[in-house]
Amino acid sequence: MCLAVPGQIVEVNDVEPDSVVGRIGVVDLQGSRIQASLAMTPQADTGDWVLVHAGFAITVLDEAEAQATWDSLREALGEDLAPPEGPGGP
Amino acid sequence: MDRDEAKGIIDRIDAACAQAGRVCIMEVCGTHTVSLFRSGIKSLLGESIHLISGPGCPVCVTSQGYIDAACELAVRPDVTVCTYGDMVRVPGQVGSLESQRARGGSVEVVYSPRDALTMAKQHPDRQVVFLAVGFETTTPGTAATVIAARGEGVENFSILSGHKLVIPAMEALLAGGEVPVDGFLCPGHVSVIIGAGAYRPIAERYHKPCVVAGFEPRGMLEAILHIVRQVADGKALVENAYGAVVSSEGNAVARDVVDRVFVPADAVWRAMGTLPDSGLELREGFRAFDAVGRLGVEIGPDVCPDGCLCGEVIQGKATPAECALFGTACTPVEPVGPCMVSSEGTCAAWYKYNRPAQPGVEKA
Repeated sequence: MCLAVPGQIVEVNDVEPDSVVGRIGVVDLQGSRIQASLAMTPQADTGDWVLVHAGFAITVLDEAEAQATWDSLREALGEDLAPPEGPGGP
Repeated sequence: MDRDEAKGIIDRIDAACAQAGRVCIMEVCGTHTVSLFRSGIKSLLGESIHLISGPGCPVCVTSQGYIDAACELAVRPDVTVCTYGDMVRVPGQVGSLESQRARGGSVEVVYSPRDALTMAKQHPDRQVVFLAVGFETTTPGTAATVIAARGEGVENFSILSGHKLVIPAMEALLAGGEVPVDGFLCPGHVSVIIGAGAYRPIAERYHKPCVVAGFEPRGMLEAILHIVRQVADGKALVENAYGAVVSSEGNAVARDVVDRVFVPADAVWRAMGTLPDSGLELREGFRAFDAVGRLGVEIGPDVCPDGCLCGEVIQGKATPAECALFGTACTPVEPVGPCMVSSEGTCAAWYKYNRPAQPGVEKA
């Protein structure tokens, strides 16, 4: 449950401008695209790399860090590192 | 990391142990437990390093009473329970969420609390309850979703709050004095939120080195080396060995979101009793989103199945191998306790990576 996965924001949508979860990023997680709330990373924008956990970006990473984190998670957890499951959010 | 690099770090660990003696390190986080096994580190480290698994698996520390309450909700005709996948197979007193679903109960596995809120909006005729379980990595997401639910006027969404806090658990274990821990391997992603600096009171008050580590083998080995060196030098400092991802301050925005919605409260940890200020409850202004009040469900007492040692295992007081049920009555296919169910559970990790091969049984 600690698991967080790095990915790159490819698009930002201001779905609900006044809502805490208002900014939604479309994040490319190593090939699969998910939607993640940017509520915890208000400074994040298109092109930035973020660490995503349970549908929320929890921190911004630089690209080198993101790739290294992904490589190490894959090495550490292998097939246990499944892509996110469950219905996609808005 | 290749074998030579690993050997190099392990040689340095052994050298430090020559000075420090036997060192007991608690890996707080369930994902570390799995990574340490999977990488083979556990088997490479010498006898001088004793790694103990801690209570860092949120599903494993969830009380039986919480599971039973979730199961009760799942079979109510107008309720849908949304949960992270790991919770679904944990056995309660009358079955698991999975077995309730087989009986016609409404249980949906979600990746995010946002998905549960979406489901509530799509099904206004049902009460959607999100099982809010997890440590500090996960609580900001729940908090933000509750804020969104209030802002959007969603009246059929609520949470069953089961969030837990890592540092009160570490303090309780140390204050109990029963587990001989010399230092802590601190969770990587919880620390993204709380910051490496959050462990300073543990280091200072209890004189235990705390090193934040990521999940890859080299990083974990180096973190272990840092701990052993500190023990050898008589130091008790916080070190951040996951600096690429974790800062000293953590994510203040995320913590503010949690503070808006939740307040620390006493919480029941499986087999550990009530730990003060170790959980979260909804603040007054968000109490309407508490499933307990809204739906009149009760979280009953924590009851451990006969013979199950999960409670001792999560506190580092016993290993899975010491449980009479391990690998016989309790297996991943037919689990008795949560430690065997969760992907981060110590028993599940031992079963997969540390079970002696038996004739006729394929080794995992």
